[in-house]
Amino acid sequence: MDNIDYQRPASVDEAIRLAQQPGTAFIGGGTNLLDLMKGGVARPMRLLDVTRLPGREIAQLPDGGLRLGAGVPNSDAANHRLVRERYPLLARALLSGASAQLRNMATVGGNLMQRTRCSYFTDTGFGACNKREPGSGCAAIGGFNRMHAILGTSEACIATHPSDMCVALAALRATVRVRGAQGERTIPMTEFHRLPAARPELDTVLQPGELILSVDLPASRFAQRHAYLKLRDRASYAFALVSVAAALDERDGAVADAALALGGVAHKPWRVLAAEQALVGRPLSDASVADATRLLLDGARGFGHNDFKIELARRAVARALAQAHAGTA
Amino acid sequence: MSDPLDDADRAARHPHPALPAPTRRGFLKSAGAATGALATALPGTPAAAAPTTAAPPLPPPPRPAPPPRRITLTVNGARHELLVEARVTLLDALREHLALYGTKKGCDRGQCGACTVLVDGRRINSCLTLAVMQEDRAITTIEGLGRPGALHAMQAAFIEHDAFQCGYCTPGQICSAVALVQEARDGQASAVTADLRQPAALDDDEIRERMSGNLCRCGAYPNIVKAVRVVAAIRPIA
Repeated sequence: MDNIDYQRPASVDEAIRLAQQPGTAFIGGGTNLLDLMKGGVARPMRLLDVTRLPGREIAQLPDGGLRLGAGVPNSDAANHRLVRERYPLLARALLSGASAQLRNMATVGGNLMQRTRCSYFTDTGFGACNKREPGSGCAAIGGFNRMHAILGTSEACIATHPSDMCVALAALRATVRVRGAQGERTIPMTEFHRLPAARPELDTVLQPGELILSVDLPASRFAQRHAYLKLRDRASYAFALVSVAAALDERDGAVADAALALGGVAHKPWRVLAAEQALVGRPLSDASVADATRLLLDGARGFGHNDFKIELARRAVARALAQAHAGTA
Repeated sequence: MSDPLDDADRAARHPHPALPAPTRRGFLKSAGAATGALATALPGTPAAAAPTTAAPPLPPPPRPAPPPRRITLTVNGARHELLVEARVTLLDALREHLALYGTKKGCDRGQCGACTVLVDGRRINSCLTLAVMQEDRAITTIEGLGRPGALHAMQAAFIEHDAFQCGYCTPGQICSAVALVQEARDGQASAVTADLRQPAALDDDEIRERMSGNLCRCGAYPNIVKAVRVVAAIRPIA
């Protein structure tokens, strides 16, 4: 690993001030950043340790929502009483990710910022990776791309975002509160991560020197009927090939509101409002599920090894919605 | 650095006291170096045949080193002052600075769990955190759980139920298992817990899921699960 400087800012303001220097990175749990640094993929000159800043709390919001501090470890978020009671979909997504050790280390903010596990990105032995070296090409297109994206891809990049937590947060309409030198702003979860387009080196809309303060969840009616379905190559401790966050608010036999997002298929959690709307206003049925799935997967395209993901996603959506409807998850 | 655990044994058997005694650690290092040289020299190996479409850029020159810093780590109840660079992981600090070789370096990338230790009672991968980040925290390694003659219940159960073969992953497995039992008693759920609102009973499925961050290439899993199940069933003292 490269030589680095290490600082432990005493306040959020100091952290943001110090982060304005080039070559600076925040470190939370470190589970992804240190891994990337060991591989020479991330090469910050200075780490700002934000694990001792305020922001490790989970607090109720006046509107009935919940605020997850950016520094809350994934395991604490998954096991918090209010998360389990009000947002069990989020708890399920968190528990399906990584291992117990990694969940103890990884933070809410760090989970948002984790980078793709595309093997051409994480291995500097490959010269072509537009995300790692802009302009160098994409070895995954035409390469071994079984894990790669089927939606929202570009000619420059077909990487996926690896998070489970973010898929549930997108479905639950969370927002991300950040602060930088220009002040504070709130970004909808679905707009926090970018599609690769011509700039795959940019994973998110976060500006340099901006720090995530919290993830805020609105009051939710999705606590009763929900499912996080994660399909992967082994039963545990593996990234998703396809995952589905599904939740239904059903009243008088009809769907009053629906939440639906996919993981493992795109550069960001994949949520399509029209797909959710297709479920609303009628009872859940094969027809409504088919309509929603068609809208959700509109434009899906395989790259050879990952062609199977299109059919897998179609079936996974149907199963997750059935599980949510049955209320068994 | 010599391995204090090996010293007495080695001195007793080494026939040429004037020469440096061979050490297991030294042998592994030189064998590893030889294997590495062989791999790069052989044509047709995956490394040589890697289908890169463009030559990788040359690595940038090394940066000037920020000075090492003096930190204090509390390990197994004892405070230690160390002089470490910021880039030193907790795992390397434990092994290379404090000579606590019980914590193993497997993949060094957070994928195998061999480096699992407890920090303030929580299990973590010590390869993916920096030593400087763990000041003022209580670190427990396998050496701190028990010792010969006074084993931790989990250590005894691993022996009793033959829960290892080569033993390399075992310290991480045991640290992980000790934390697992506490997490379950604290009511923490796992991905296979049927009802998030009820405390989970530690059946074999629960144990396997909760131990999934610790790989065992000898495949001792059935007996690891058995050892954990037996300890989890012991009524807590308090």
